[in-house]
Amino acid sequence: MKRSITTALLALTVGWYGCSDGAQQRAQEAPTDPAETVAQEEVHGSEVKAISLTNPLDKAMVSSGKSIYDVKCGSCHKLDETKLVGPGWKDVTKRRKPEWIMNMILNVDMMLEKDPEAQKMLEQCLVRMPNQNLSESDARAVLEFMRSNDGEK
Amino acid sequence: MKRTIVAVAALAALGLHLTSCKPKDAGSAVSGDAAQKVYVTPGQHDEFYNIVSGGFNGQMSVYGLPSGRMFKIIPVFSTFPENGWGYSEETKPMLNTSHGYIPWDDLHHISLSQTKGEHDGRWAFGNANNTPRVARISLSTFRTDEIIELPNSGGNHSSPFITENTEYVVASTRFSVPPDNDGDMPISSFKKNFKGYISFISVDPQSGHMGIKFQLKMPGISFDLARAGKGKSHGWFFFSCYNTEQASTLLEVNASQKDKDFILAVNWKKAEEYLKQGKGKKVAAKYAHNLYDEKTHSATSTIINEVMTLDPKECPGLVYFMPCPKSPHGCDVDPTGEFIVGSGKLAAVIPVFSFDKIQKAIAGKTYDGEFDGIPVLKYESVLYGEVQKPGLGPLHTEFDGQGNAITSFFVSSELVKWNIKDLKVLDRVPTYYSVGHLSIPGGPTSKPHGKYVVAYNKITKDRYLPTGPELTQSAQLYDISGDKMKLLLDFPTVGEPHYAESIPASLLEKNSKKIFKIEENGHKYAAKGEKEAKVVREGNQVHVYITAIRSHFTPDNIEGVKLGDEVYFHVTNLEQDWDIPHGFAVKGSNNAEILIMPGETQTLKWVPSRVGITPIYCTDFCSALHQEMQGYVRVSAKGSNVPLTFSTGKTAAPEAEKVAKK
Repeated sequence: MKRSITTALLALTVGWYGCSDGAQQRAQEAPTDPAETVAQEEVHGSEVKAISLTNPLDKAMVSSGKSIYDVKCGSCHKLDETKLVGPGWKDVTKRRKPEWIMNMILNVDMMLEKDPEAQKMLEQCLVRMPNQNLSESDARAVLEFMRSNDGEK
Repeated sequence: MKRTIVAVAALAALGLHLTSCKPKDAGSAVSGDAAQKVYVTPGQHDEFYNIVSGGFNGQMSVYGLPSGRMFKIIPVFSTFPENGWGYSEETKPMLNTSHGYIPWDDLHHISLSQTKGEHDGRWAFGNANNTPRVARISLSTFRTDEIIELPNSGGNHSSPFITENTEYVVASTRFSVPPDNDGDMPISSFKKNFKGYISFISVDPQSGHMGIKFQLKMPGISFDLARAGKGKSHGWFFFSCYNTEQASTLLEVNASQKDKDFILAVNWKKAEEYLKQGKGKKVAAKYAHNLYDEKTHSATSTIINEVMTLDPKECPGLVYFMPCPKSPHGCDVDPTGEFIVGSGKLAAVIPVFSFDKIQKAIAGKTYDGEFDGIPVLKYESVLYGEVQKPGLGPLHTEFDGQGNAITSFFVSSELVKWNIKDLKVLDRVPTYYSVGHLSIPGGPTSKPHGKYVVAYNKITKDRYLPTGPELTQSAQLYDISGDKMKLLLDFPTVGEPHYAESIPASLLEKNSKKIFKIEENGHKYAAKGEKEAKVVREGNQVHVYITAIRSHFTPDNIEGVKLGDEVYFHVTNLEQDWDIPHGFAVKGSNNAEILIMPGETQTLKWVPSRVGITPIYCTDFCSALHQEMQGYVRVSAKGSNVPLTFSTGKTAAPEAEKVAKK
């Protein structure tokens, strides 16, 4: 409230000094849109709300998940319980909901901002999990590979 | 949020307005609202990208307008320690020429690609002035993608200038020379044997790849600057020429004898017809063509051995000279394509030529003799008019899109605005000091954004905090949206900018590349994932396929390297996140360091010089554990039998520890 009064007063002042509205004009007609830069492909879609899992596992997804793991995940996550840069993947599908895993992969910034569990992990690991530019279907395949790693059939 | 911004702006406005009532002195002649006009709120973006030549540093740099903030130096013709350009094995071929590897050149002019006479935001072109070359820079990666060398050329000053659909980039020689394949001539035979070659480089509309389509073999004079026709004059090209005296010594005096030199008009569409008729002649030449491949993250350099030439003496109707007072420098075509402005550095007037009158004079053969077999059109027959008493030492002219031209004056140190139709001077503002080039966003296109002009000054003196004998260069931004030009901002620049262009940010920022996709990495030595990390010996070459991700290398312990080996660290950055490069440095490396973008592979060659343990580490702060991002390489004596091994995360066995303790 206090701020808006000050603002109004200052706005009025600007009105009196008629030639001084350059910055205001510039701000309003700013021809650049940072949102445009941010909205490029490597930021991935929206929050994953619900995932339905089926058994038996989809073998094609498991194998594609494995190759994605080798290129993009394996540097920091081992398949047993060893913590490297990030936690080992053994039993991750038993500890976490599938949606949580998908969002960690796809929307890590959102998770580190909102999710207390994710924030706890950051306190332990001290390295923000990188956005590794996976598509939603890539992430789903990685999840299937994690389930297979956890012994699901 | 927005409210706060307005409040801050208003406060600033108030403060400035009150102080602006004071009388202005010459050095700070700014109006009260200047600060707001250049203030870009934190987190907001500038309105224009300003792509600026680096002059003697051989680079380009990228600024924002109106803030004048510098964002990037793009290495082009010179090595650049900041990102390993010219030091990594992948980029070394980009600096290859027919003379071998050249680590430093001189970049003067920028041309941004156009479609239908307007900026299309795809590429920037730049010239190497010393060892003649033209480079193409991607405006998506902001990296030099291609460099082509120019045979039969001396200083490549009149370059690179482009046609309105980027059909051609032209590059003409400032120092006439005998042809490369017959060059052992007495200097005194200048008039007979020295030639001024103009190269027409074609640009593939899809890939941007350049090739020399043909060279015009002109008489031995000096070409200074050029502009393509546009609109009605599309198909023509205009070049300013000096040293029509054909002097080869003390040019300062001997090339300033005549009252008039020339502007050369070239009908390049006609040249294409002559080429089709087989009038061209292939001659032996030797020049390098270097290409950077975004998928293999590597450059190749190819030497080409012949070039197509056209002799205007055998091609009537191809070229005409127009007299132009005196030693013309700038040669600028207005947005309509009708007017060609010549700026004679030593002239007292600015002549404006009319394209329509040129066509009439050619049709009516209104000649004033010929020069070395080339018709000279009569000055009065092609002249639209002269701007009288504009100032001293006119150099360059740009256009505001409102029917006005602004010309820079080096000697009288000012910008002068004049009306193209009535040739009357409208306004003049001082520059600090001695302006060279000037640049209006979109100024050389058919649709300029007449909001700002930047003066690139040649002399800095007292404008900034002094830093010893060598000073930063000074640019000045003026508001040209009103009747009077208003100084808004001084900003320092790197190197020594000559020409620059500006382009609306909205055309570029949406295309700016963020990462290279690791899946698409086609580098021969890429390790796509730690599983592919390895060390391979091939004779005395050791190839290390090493990966980098926050915050470790794989492998980070390497043994079995021996003196006499050449070690190639092929570093693949496994990150796929924007703005997470990793750096790589090796103790004692006589080469350099490298910087690797996400998804990219770059190679540092290292020849160990002593036995011992050599640390390696990441030089780009990447995470909270960046300080831990390191490794060791053990170098053993020649002939040692230490086996080649490599690992990451392998801790020493207890036995080894015990041995070590004893």
